[in-house]
Amino acid sequence: MPLVMGMSMLLACQMLGELVARGLSLPVPGPVLGMVILLVGLLVRGGVPDSLRLAGEGLLRYLTLLFVPAGVGLMVHGALIGEELLAIVPTLVGSTALTLAVTAWVLARMQRRFGVERHERGDQ
Amino acid sequence: MKVPALDTLWVYLSGSPLLSLLATLVAFALAVRINRLVGGTPWLHPVTLAIAILIGFLLLVDMDYPSYFEGAQFIHFLLGPATVALAIPLYDHRERVRRLLWPLVVACVAGIFTAVTSTLGIAILLGVSQETLMSLAPRSVTSPIAMGIAEQIGGIPSLAAGLVLLTGSIGCALGPGIFRLLGIRDPAVQGFTMGLAAHGFGTAHCFARLGAVAGAFSGLSMGLTGLLTAFLLPLITGLLGLG
Repeated sequence: MPLVMGMSMLLACQMLGELVARGLSLPVPGPVLGMVILLVGLLVRGGVPDSLRLAGEGLLRYLTLLFVPAGVGLMVHGALIGEELLAIVPTLVGSTALTLAVTAWVLARMQRRFGVERHERGDQ
Repeated sequence: MKVPALDTLWVYLSGSPLLSLLATLVAFALAVRINRLVGGTPWLHPVTLAIAILIGFLLLVDMDYPSYFEGAQFIHFLLGPATVALAIPLYDHRERVRRLLWPLVVACVAGIFTAVTSTLGIAILLGVSQETLMSLAPRSVTSPIAMGIAEQIGGIPSLAAGLVLLTGSIGCALGPGIFRLLGIRDPAVQGFTMGLAAHGFGTAHCFARLGAVAGAFSGLSMGLTGLLTAFLLPLITGLLGLG
């Protein structure tokens, strides 16, 4: 039964998220709002029920598998991608590398700076 | 006698969700094995490999994508509850997230800005078509959000989704090397960066390779990036006069 309970909680949050996204016509997908709703619920409750953890962590362990069906959809655009392959691949590789580097660098710098500030405030 | 029997069998099989479901699971298991065999290199990511195997299989048996998806949608559907489940690791690490809130938001905005401007810049330099350009622009947010944004700014939604996945696998391949180069070892920073640059793919990769802390931060940045990009991107493309 715990798996059923956990799965029901996840689906209920997704449905709530879907309803909110559609109802307010937000540009955000329902599951992302569902994640926010579940997080708020957990913070209010002050703990993760065992059944939810069982279902949720089971799903997260196989997260990579869940992307496969959507990825196979690339075959539909094989012709278009092939035509512009020489432009698309360098664009994706170049900008992904830049994005990774800038984000990691900014976050590491900010974290250090923020840590120092906290420390100083603690001293006063 | 034998041939028509086989024919009807095939008609039955290719019309039922059973075949594509089984093929997806077997291709994934095979891809994980192959990846392990070559030492778990991120250059041959199990997901990319599984996708390649499946596309090869579908072309070989002459099955089109919509009929494949009819079966595979049962796996695809689980992405929804899995996204919701990202709240669990996030809750587990709530103290750390709260402490780092501002650095995370600033890094997120910087990352999105880099992603969008570098994508548009390089693509324009290389001379891609307008449609492809607008499908490339949202490439570093998770697919469902990217599809909506692409539609809004004049791209092709399903192409955008495909490019998002390509970005994800490229991010997983490049990430470890870039972290080494910059000397970044903190799993929280690595996770957040992977979630921003390689969205769900990066998040899945973090859970599989870097552990729960990296996974939690990756999920957080995926959600945050999606939310912020949805608002920032139309602004940026408008500013550059591309919209």
